[in-house]
Amino acid sequence: MRRVFRALPAVALLALLIGVWELYVDLKGADFSLTLPAPHQVASSLYNDRSLLWSNFLVTAKEVLLGILVAAAGGLGLAIAIHFSRTLRRAIYPLLVASQAVPVPIIAPVLAFWLGFGILPKLVVVALVSFFSIVVTTLAGLAAVDPDLIKLMRTFDATRLRTFRHVELPAALPGVFTGTRIAVAVAVIGAVFAEQSGGSSSGTPGLGFQILLSINQLLSARGVAAVVMLSVFAIALFGLITLAERLAVPWAYQSRGDRS
Amino acid sequence: MIEAPIKEPRDLDGPDGVRVEVVSRQFGDVNALAGMSLRARPEEVVAVVGPSGCGKTTLLELICGLQQPDGGSIDAAPAALMPQRDLLLPWSSAIDNAGLALRARGVSRSAARAAAAPWLERFGLAGFEHARPAALSGGMRQRVSFLRTLLAGKPVLALDEPFAALDAITRAEMQGWLAHVLELEPRTVVLVTHDVEEAVVLADRVVVMSPRPGRAVAEIEVELPRPRRRTDQSLVALRERALEALGVTQ
Repeated sequence: MRRVFRALPAVALLALLIGVWELYVDLKGADFSLTLPAPHQVASSLYNDRSLLWSNFLVTAKEVLLGILVAAAGGLGLAIAIHFSRTLRRAIYPLLVASQAVPVPIIAPVLAFWLGFGILPKLVVVALVSFFSIVVTTLAGLAAVDPDLIKLMRTFDATRLRTFRHVELPAALPGVFTGTRIAVAVAVIGAVFAEQSGGSSSGTPGLGFQILLSINQLLSARGVAAVVMLSVFAIALFGLITLAERLAVPWAYQSRGDRS
Repeated sequence: MIEAPIKEPRDLDGPDGVRVEVVSRQFGDVNALAGMSLRARPEEVVAVVGPSGCGKTTLLELICGLQQPDGGSIDAAPAALMPQRDLLLPWSSAIDNAGLALRARGVSRSAARAAAAPWLERFGLAGFEHARPAALSGGMRQRVSFLRTLLAGKPVLALDEPFAALDAITRAEMQGWLAHVLELEPRTVVLVTHDVEEAVVLADRVVVMSPRPGRAVAEIEVELPRPRRRTDQSLVALRERALEALGVTQ
């Protein structure tokens, strides 16, 4: 019951926003609804185009999920490498930041040239836009390890590797999850752009590609319906990662309430 | 009472003591220690008391080999540090925290647990083996932290204000507990504290340090039988002497 009450403000705000939106489009007239469809048009598209939207959603969801997994593994690995080597930190960090400034429409056609029109180039784009936040938060976790703990391990004659395994790696894991949560939103956007600028050879090119098609065919309600699905997916993914975090690194939650 | 001693009994004249000779240590412009000397014989408990910032923690890190002195010499048997804060790993259970020193040497998880389990029971932590530090009380955490230091198997224990963070009642309990444990499992102990009463209750000898730059200004032998009572007249008198050496006048 309490959960229902807690969700009430969010539901009320959403209802209000949809109401204002509906009223605004109705007042603007039918021509305007080609630019911005009314909520009821989006809702009917969600129902009427459900099989088309769903099959394309599955394609995009797969790109996002696999891309994030690759980004999490790669981000953790890269953060560890940077943590261990000062030279690597100096060499890679600037490139890492620079990589985030490269627009997807530039890189996607190149990736399509190399990797074809399948899922692989999209997955690479998603991983590319996602892994930066993961590297940064993981590095922060590694750097936040209490230096006295490292000293303690030295009095226990621990090797560098054992100190890493028993002290630093577990301390870095919450950072991986935080970075992955931040990455969720950009990962979805990355997948959309990758589909739109990378092209596809399949009949189900993904929701991002469908958005582009819908706009070109003046089916704007279908385009917005696709966006709604992607938004709900992002929220679900965020929740899923939070849940996984609670299961995998429960101490990070326990100590938060305990800290004085 | 102790079925599984984790070290062999030693010759009292053996090399398991600590000898610090006129050591100095600077950090930039700050002189942390200047002409500090200290000796701990094997299995002797030496308490070091001094005002805040007199270089007590630096002294322990020098003994543990975590720092090198700028002058003087240090000759100490291998030492394990018990830091001021418990520094338990928040993701590990009590038993895994206790066995961390073994894991650090490459002992397997199951072997480290097997070594730690009987000690947890002896330390009154039975039933809490798999509790994470967040679920333990302050006194329990310090006991796990001490056990972790003990299981490192080093002849010297360097204890850095081990009970400073505890409330007065728990602290008094823990002091009695530590005295008992050291009776069963004697080690060379260098105990740093700012609590003069703690020093005279626990130590064979109390070394009083000056304000920074720290050096030894007085040495008080505590030749009282154990267990000691804080209200004992001779103990109170020794406490007064130590306070006087610190420059505290009533």
